[in-house]
Amino acid sequence: MSYFRRLADLPKEELLAPGHRLCAGCAASIIARLALKATRGPTIVVNATGCLEVATTIYPYTSWRVPWVHVAFENAAAVASGIEAAFRIMEKKYGVKKPDIIAFGGDGGTFDIGIQALSGALERGHDFVYICYDNEAYMNTGIQRSSATPLGAWTTTSPAGRVIPGKLERKKDLIGIAVAHGVEYAATASPAYPLDLVNKVRKAIEVDGPAVLHIISPCPRGWRFDPSETIEIARLAVETRFFPIYEVEKGEYKINIKVPKPKPVEEYLKRQGRFKHIFLPENKWVLERIKQTIEENWNRLLELAGEK
Amino acid sequence: MGKVVGLMGDEAVAQAVRQSNVDVIAAYPITPQTIIVERLSEYVANGELDAAFVPVESEHSALSCCVGASLTGARVFTASAANGIALMFEITFIASSMRCPIVMAIVNRAFSAPINIHCSHDDTVALRDASWVHLISESVQEAYDNTVQAFKIAEDPRVLLPTSISLDGFILSHCLERIEMLDDEVVSEFLPPRKAEYKLDPEKPITFGPLALYDYYFEFKRQQEEAMRNALTVVKEVAKKYEEISGRKYGTIKKFMTDDADVVLVCMGSAAGTARVVAKSLRKEGKKVGVLSVRLFRPFPTEDVRETLENAKAVAVIDRSSAPGCVGGPLFEDICTALYDLPERPLTYNIIAGLGGRDITPDQIKQMYNIGFKYIEKGKVEDKVLWIGVR
Ligand SMILES: Cc1ncc(C[n+]2csc(CCOP(=O)(O)OP(=O)(O)O)c2C)c(N)n1
Repeated sequence: MSYFRRLADLPKEELLAPGHRLCAGCAASIIARLALKATRGPTIVVNATGCLEVATTIYPYTSWRVPWVHVAFENAAAVASGIEAAFRIMEKKYGVKKPDIIAFGGDGGTFDIGIQALSGALERGHDFVYICYDNEAYMNTGIQRSSATPLGAWTTTSPAGRVIPGKLERKKDLIGIAVAHGVEYAATASPAYPLDLVNKVRKAIEVDGPAVLHIISPCPRGWRFDPSETIEIARLAVETRFFPIYEVEKGEYKINIKVPKPKPVEEYLKRQGRFKHIFLPENKWVLERIKQTIEENWNRLLELAGEK
Repeated sequence: MGKVVGLMGDEAVAQAVRQSNVDVIAAYPITPQTIIVERLSEYVANGELDAAFVPVESEHSALSCCVGASLTGARVFTASAANGIALMFEITFIASSMRCPIVMAIVNRAFSAPINIHCSHDDTVALRDASWVHLISESVQEAYDNTVQAFKIAEDPRVLLPTSISLDGFILSHCLERIEMLDDEVVSEFLPPRKAEYKLDPEKPITFGPLALYDYYFEFKRQQEEAMRNALTVVKEVAKKYEEISGRKYGTIKKFMTDDADVVLVCMGSAAGTARVVAKSLRKEGKKVGVLSVRLFRPFPTEDVRETLENAKAVAVIDRSSAPGCVGGPLFEDICTALYDLPERPLTYNIIAGLGGRDITPDQIKQMYNIGFKYIEKGKVEDKVLWIGVR
């Protein structure tokens, strides 16, 4: 089901005001702005520590035209749990209307330090939407590796050294983790496909219970590309099958953007300085491993979606 | 009129919370606090308490959940001890800085390692600088009374700070005591549902927890300091109001035969009761001794302490926690600081006792007093910090 058929259907109102200090070309602000356009009514935003949080709320200014709260790095899901539980009981006791709740966390705040709080909140079944904007590293602290950093990527703590050529571990499967908790709705999205993104946010809000969205968030500073190319990069990630776009509704996987003829992954990797070193002759094996990983992930997804 | 019941410390705290119009409880079990969590979940499950019980997956999430809930304007409670307090440490500072009037019971337990489930005051004193109001209980009755008062103190607009109530693990938490419980309606009237001025409200969006650097951070901290100073007054006001409904008197400290005492023993928690028994019997022998027990650990009642101790010749301070490498234990340092400006200071010495639940016995307390008399005779303190009861 589509809530918005065209971009023109989206509300004009900007709940994330301009003037914040996120970098030019930062996808996190695009994601947050679009997500807020998908809301259905009063909404409270919870934000984990990270770029989105620090750059939008530099006291005494704020970009948020909705009630917004940041507590710490690893606990956005726990804070959201408390807000949800409180409104639920206050609705019953005092007739206070329960708003919708969206929690934003970066990949560090979600895949790593916040995974426990997220797992707890999903298991308890709080009614909220958790959005991970995944820029594939700890960007706020200066591009350090996370467990969402893709294989082969350079970061300041997975440097492309003479012996170790960048990150050698694969990315965690966040959606798989969410699905394993039995959440009713989980999906990936990309700011290059805004209609798909907003409809997914809305679908997630409509779910009575927790829902998880994993959205790729290209970062010009950390990925080393020109700020004008954010959306192109976000699109290439999908077109090369590097970041597949799919959803899982009540356990049913569905690929939303089919990629019958994927572009060679080099087209995606070569645009980003973080992968520069893997094109050195001695690191050819890393490139091969990336290709192999993409293929494995895609085949697994086809299987899960019953397309194989 | 209330009723007389037999309750353990944990049960008494749970009963007080049940009566206090609490909306959200988020807590994680840890001995010796567990009974509080169990009772509260039973009350909720049986419909005796109309609140949300959030069975969080850790203490870090417990307090995080409480912060979120508190910011909606709800009345919020949690409880923990030792390792749990250590795990939520980060959020304890944030809860106070975000001005969340959460009430937490700390059932005092020693910090690991070695892992130990019995009483030390490590957990409460670890939160000394976290900008929480800290109330200490000497008995099960006080644990009950402090819990009810804590909500009123925390939520006072002049304070708006989280407030802890401490009770000694096992010694009080699992000790069956005769207590007087107030009627449900009386507590409910004392603590009507919370009215929060600043909250997460879609009608009036507020940004909570922004980034503030050198241009504003300092002012945030100053406001907290002022709230802490206000708390000193509010604690006394609330005690007065509470006396009206309970007939029981509370202050920032409790004095026992201190007026003309030569040696005063200062302590926190259940040891005070033992100290009073010993003081009474020493008085019969003609020894002028007294006891000052601290009820309000933060904000520290400096003036009240100074006035009480200014005429003593020697002051012994028991710390039920060790602070390796410090001048002495944390309570000792507070007491010394409070006395420092006196033109004539009593001799002061520190006793580390009762760690990890070891009994603080009447004999030990007698020894602590006798050391004071010896120091007075010699005109000086020999050992500044003594470990008593250690092998
Ligand atoms: C407990 C704790 N550890 C470390 C930090 C430092 N820190 C702040 S933001 C951040 C990284 C955030 O990364 P991510 O979640 O990926 O979000 P991004 O900054 O990339 O938007 C780190 C390590 C912190 N604030 N709190």
